[in-house]
Amino acid sequence: MIDRVFSTVVFAAAALVVAALVWVLTDVVSEGAARISWAFLVTEPRDAGRAGGIAPVLVSTLWVLVIALAAALPLGLGVAIWLSEFAPKQRGFAAYTGITLDVLAGIPSIVYGLFGNAFFSVYMGLGYSLLAGGLTLACMILPVFIRTCESGLRQVSDDWRQGAWALGMTRAAAVCHVLLPAARPAILAGLVLGIGRATAETAALLFTSGYVDRMPESPLDSGRVLAVHIFDLSMNVTGGDGAAYGSALVLIVLIVLLNGLAQSLVDNWFKRRISQ
Amino acid sequence: MFQRLTGLLLAVALCLSAYGVQAADNRLILTGSSTVAPLVLEMAKRYEQQHPQVRIDVQTGGSTRGVNDTRTGLAHIGMASRNLKPTETGLRVHTIAIDGVGIIVHRSNPISSLSNTQIIDIYTGKIRNWKDVGGRDLSITVVNKAEGHSTLELFLNYFALKNSQVRPSIIIGDNEQGIKTVAGNPGAIGYVSIGAAEFSQARGVTIKRLPLEGVAASVAEVQAHRFPLARPLNLLTGKSPSPLARRFIAFAQSEAVADLIADQFFVVPR
Amino acid sequence: MMAKCLDHLRSKDGRWNASLALLTAGMVALLLTILLFLMSEAWPFLISADTGHGGNRLFTNLLQNPGWYPLEGRFGLAPMILASLAVMLGAILIALPLGLINGIYLEFYASAAFARGFRLLLNLLAGIPSVVFGLWGLTRLVPWITQWQPPGASLLAAILVLSLMILPTIALTSASALASVPRELHTGAIALGLRRTSQIIHIMLPAARSGIVAGTILAAARALGETMAVLMVAGNVVQIPATLFEPVRVLTANMALEMAYAVGEHRASLFASGLLLTLVVWGLSWMAYRLGRHQRKFARHD
Repeated sequence: MIDRVFSTVVFAAAALVVAALVWVLTDVVSEGAARISWAFLVTEPRDAGRAGGIAPVLVSTLWVLVIALAAALPLGLGVAIWLSEFAPKQRGFAAYTGITLDVLAGIPSIVYGLFGNAFFSVYMGLGYSLLAGGLTLACMILPVFIRTCESGLRQVSDDWRQGAWALGMTRAAAVCHVLLPAARPAILAGLVLGIGRATAETAALLFTSGYVDRMPESPLDSGRVLAVHIFDLSMNVTGGDGAAYGSALVLIVLIVLLNGLAQSLVDNWFKRRISQ
Repeated sequence: MFQRLTGLLLAVALCLSAYGVQAADNRLILTGSSTVAPLVLEMAKRYEQQHPQVRIDVQTGGSTRGVNDTRTGLAHIGMASRNLKPTETGLRVHTIAIDGVGIIVHRSNPISSLSNTQIIDIYTGKIRNWKDVGGRDLSITVVNKAEGHSTLELFLNYFALKNSQVRPSIIIGDNEQGIKTVAGNPGAIGYVSIGAAEFSQARGVTIKRLPLEGVAASVAEVQAHRFPLARPLNLLTGKSPSPLARRFIAFAQSEAVADLIADQFFVVPR
Repeated sequence: MMAKCLDHLRSKDGRWNASLALLTAGMVALLLTILLFLMSEAWPFLISADTGHGGNRLFTNLLQNPGWYPLEGRFGLAPMILASLAVMLGAILIALPLGLINGIYLEFYASAAFARGFRLLLNLLAGIPSVVFGLWGLTRLVPWITQWQPPGASLLAAILVLSLMILPTIALTSASALASVPRELHTGAIALGLRRTSQIIHIMLPAARSGIVAGTILAAARALGETMAVLMVAGNVVQIPATLFEPVRVLTANMALEMAYAVGEHRASLFASGLLLTLVVWGLSWMAYRLGRHQRKFARHD
């Protein structure tokens, strides 16, 4: 009897959650699909985004993402390698670095926006630009990326290190050819998390990359990313909801695609590393 | 991968150093009042057509942002839909148009006018239902502006209110957001730029403007200096604006843009 | 010693070590810059003594000042702190039981094929940008609440949107916490002849408790730091809400709304609220980390 009541409750709750989530998803997909066409992707927005497409918005989104990843990836991977392989174990500088990273991982994105505005836009003189936005996002995704990569590297069994050492490999070679490939899942997870956060971010970009909705010519132009475009259309444009849903669907598809792309790129790279 | 990534980083660094070159005299950044922005955006498009090498970026955020950004150098030109305050020194003011602030309600609202006292009572929370001012039995949604917007300051000044006395139901930022909020809520009341309201109404948005002290909230009344809640739309610069900023301001004050001002339902200053 | 050191530096490893250490130092410098910038921008607000009452300004601002009216020089953060907490607690109150039950469903009830599909759906939704949830809340949820209880944009709308956002995370972390409970515990419970309900409630849930709590705390941290979705549906009136249907403004939304034009003490107060949020969120993450570690230990020792 109790079993039956309990399982009914469980199934009902599951059904409720699935229904709610499917409701949101179908709303976004059906409203969005009504707007999306090839023309929507390749034309400039007109009439404050009510008509026309999102081409410049897409380009700005990619710019910001590329800048953020270009700054965060090498830096993050390098720091993670140093922390896990070279640093004196859990003492002094390395320990403080860890603590700093944990504090920074907890900062809400809007606070990164405040910092990015004060530091990159005003202090460094970048103004409202894709570069300032991308660098702000890089700061935002770095802590989590480093922590994921570091823990991935730490989890690689010491047998691999000893094996590499027995083969006479230098530590650097061991890192490149043994440890990084072995820590692949963690690095991939960090990358996917970073891409997800950077592509979806709105708050940190409002005051750094701004919201000029035309085609950026260089990373020093101000540009409006998809998330900011959705925000502006839904809040500030009467009759902009349709275009907002269209952009939302594009954004979701973009995130899924980028995750898939990151996965296959990393897979490829590590395959080559191992076979070398 | 490392080499490739380092390459990318280098490219970013190059872009950084190229900034000095980029900041040449062919781009203008304007920020500030959401009332002025749509007008300036149209002016900027026309100016860019005439001068293809020039790029003009327009971003909103409220008059006070326009003032601040011009003072910190984030913007070349600020936009403000009010006069400067005594504390806001070191700036030059260039008036490009005149606008009014009007009360708006949903189009389905049967109310056709409200007295100043009624408006004050609604905004201070003494009247909470439309039936108390002769309307339907529907609770009133009071739409107020966020601080930093001059429309709020003008409104408060005119009705001799302090913002802490207002009992709002929703706080909005830009004019468009206010119009969108009122258009989507049959019980809402708000106040926005008359130009922005007429512009939206002309496109079928479901709002209507209420007269103030018996004077219709329309461009014609603002032009005739009869509407009581009027204000200048200004461009702001530092004491020594760049040559391009100067040329653009001269353009914005010239006859060449009079039709744009009329299209946006503003008044050409005389 | 010197020669050895140089030798070491000339070797490939030495160069790697040195350059990576330098990189780390640079990064730490950058990250410290972030914290220092926040603190220095917030400093005027934190230390300024209240000339009128003699007490510390921060204390007055946090607890006594009745409202947030920057135009009038009043920076009372209390209503927004309360609103942030109310929104977070409300979202947890809805999302925790639902998420937990869905975790149980995934682990013990769903067929393998369906669980796979469900997980995919949850993962997809966990990755949906908050601004999309905000858009959905603004165009579906708010008009729906308006018909029922105007103005619609309210504490309730914020809680519902946020709980929808953190539900997938809680469900997924609960499921993985349940999955990491040692198998012997489950088989033991079956061998004892316990009912399925008792197996789950008395054996599995307590064993997975710390993992579930850790996941919930992380979700709470996300809820507290969320800006856009709440900004879009909460109405943003600074007040202590008396009912669920009244609009509220949370700390993060306040920063997003006022950052553009704030100067002087106003700007400092925004940075101070950012700092405050950071500390709270960090405290929450630290608790989650400690609990998560506890769970791993538990799993290993059994």
